[in-house]
Amino acid sequence: MMILETDRLSITFGGVRALDGVSIAIESGQVFSIIGPNGSGKTTLFNLVSGIYTPNDGSIRFAGEMVTGLPPDQLARRGLSRTFQNLQIFSRMSVLENAMVGRHRHERTGILADLLHLPSVARQNEVTREAAHDALARVGLADAGKRPAGSLAYGALKRLEIARALASDPKLLLLDEPAAGCNPVETQEIDYVIRSIVKDGITIVLVEHDMRLVMNISDRVHVLANGRTLTEGTPEQVRSNTTVIQAYLGVHGSKEAVRAFD
Amino acid sequence: MRALLETRLMPAIVVAVIVIILPLLFPSAYYYRIGVLVFIFALAVVGLNLLMGFAGQVSLGHAGFLGIGAYSVAIGPIHFGAPSCLFAGAILSGALAFLVGRPILRLKGHYLAVATLGLGLLVAIVLTNEAGWTGGPDGMSVPGLVLFDWSVRGAYTWYWIAGTTFVGGFVLALNLMGSPTGRALQAIHDSEIGALVLGIDVARKKLTIFIISAMYASVAGSYLALFNGYITPDAAGFLRSIELVAMVVLGGMGSIVGSLVGAAVLVVLPQALTIFHEYEQALLGLIVMVFMIFLRQGIVPSIVAVLDGENDDPGD
Repeated sequence: MMILETDRLSITFGGVRALDGVSIAIESGQVFSIIGPNGSGKTTLFNLVSGIYTPNDGSIRFAGEMVTGLPPDQLARRGLSRTFQNLQIFSRMSVLENAMVGRHRHERTGILADLLHLPSVARQNEVTREAAHDALARVGLADAGKRPAGSLAYGALKRLEIARALASDPKLLLLDEPAAGCNPVETQEIDYVIRSIVKDGITIVLVEHDMRLVMNISDRVHVLANGRTLTEGTPEQVRSNTTVIQAYLGVHGSKEAVRAFD
Repeated sequence: MRALLETRLMPAIVVAVIVIILPLLFPSAYYYRIGVLVFIFALAVVGLNLLMGFAGQVSLGHAGFLGIGAYSVAIGPIHFGAPSCLFAGAILSGALAFLVGRPILRLKGHYLAVATLGLGLLVAIVLTNEAGWTGGPDGMSVPGLVLFDWSVRGAYTWYWIAGTTFVGGFVLALNLMGSPTGRALQAIHDSEIGALVLGIDVARKKLTIFIISAMYASVAGSYLALFNGYITPDAAGFLRSIELVAMVVLGGMGSIVGSLVGAAVLVVLPQALTIFHEYEQALLGLIVMVFMIFLRQGIVPSIVAVLDGENDDPGD
């Protein structure tokens, strides 16, 4: 079954076609990576799929439903979750509270119940807290729950964002450069976390520059260049595709290429 | 579970005890009067703090809602013969907040500040110009509150009414912050986009807290008018709005206990400074400045941070 399909998705910013007719189809349970040089439209694609931008053209289908133009919160309530390249942590809240916010779409209360702290609210808080704690445990942050989120190190913040997204029990998780700016140890931790998520059958869409991570973990790799699809295939196919090497790896990531081809 | 409940409501219990014990230290009725004013303003400040300190949405026009609450307890009985309808103002304020909230709350930062400023000015201008209803700039007298043949008057009686209402408002605010709505609001403060992609209807949550916040201010305004027995458009004026914001910031953004402290400082200090005569205002300004320079997170959060720091493991 296809969990996410886009059909000729396009968006223009001030005359520049940031994304031009990109169609992708992602099968449930896969790790689907989107790669391409800087400015090729990867994050734009994420922003379109997660509802932050509205496409000028084309359509998006999520879990069998047309969702083109729906706002992010409604997509999230349908089970689409994402992280950000530039972190969007709730830094004034504790680590645990961050993950608890991730449970929002499962919480059912009204404003009056919340104001009066009815027993239903207390019970639900308990459930939320437990689920949030579990999500933190999955990324190795179980012991950091009480700390202010703003006090965590960069790599831990990256994992906290993943935990927060996981707490929402998504069907589809979009990870926007989860390893960007991380040192090798932190990248290793992220790699480990992603693999454990995949095992749970959550579909992952990954935008990432770390080629070793991408090639190791992906079922399919979709290559963008200048807002258009260059090619798509298995990691082996993409790796040996000469246009990809010329357009992307050869110019921008030669070092990465050498490492990935080891 | 029991321990959990106790920690959650601990600040409210402490505040309730303060309300009860304070009168033992009062040498005269004048102090009761100050106490009433502190609790009334603290109530409005708690509401504004929910909006500013927790949800991160500034309002420079909150005195407008205070004014609506104040005038509704005056206009209701005088022009409509309605017996002092205590909460009519709150409903009216809530309705106004609902109407203007959606378009206004799309704005951010300074733009939101200016839009709310405009809202406050608008209310103040209407109250000043509709002299037939409001008595114009001279204001109008407010019929005393009568509850079941009991005529509520005197600083002593009002102390307990204002104190109880404040503690009630305080508990509601604590409850809200420990709820899914409260967490959503705090999330919105730090990252609207982060909140959105977790399924939070940001526009709706902001509107909800704007309405609640307006109702807090309105109830405080009604109390103020009933307690003073007289009301002028100054209650809804720009300076009053600024004063409310100053109380929030001084006490500590996002600290509900701070709301009481901020209100207490800015109500009590001017009274204490009257012995300096013409330097009163200058000194008040200076003290507020010094507070903000040395306790920049506000009085309560700064003190909490110091206390926490002492308990912290140095190796952590």
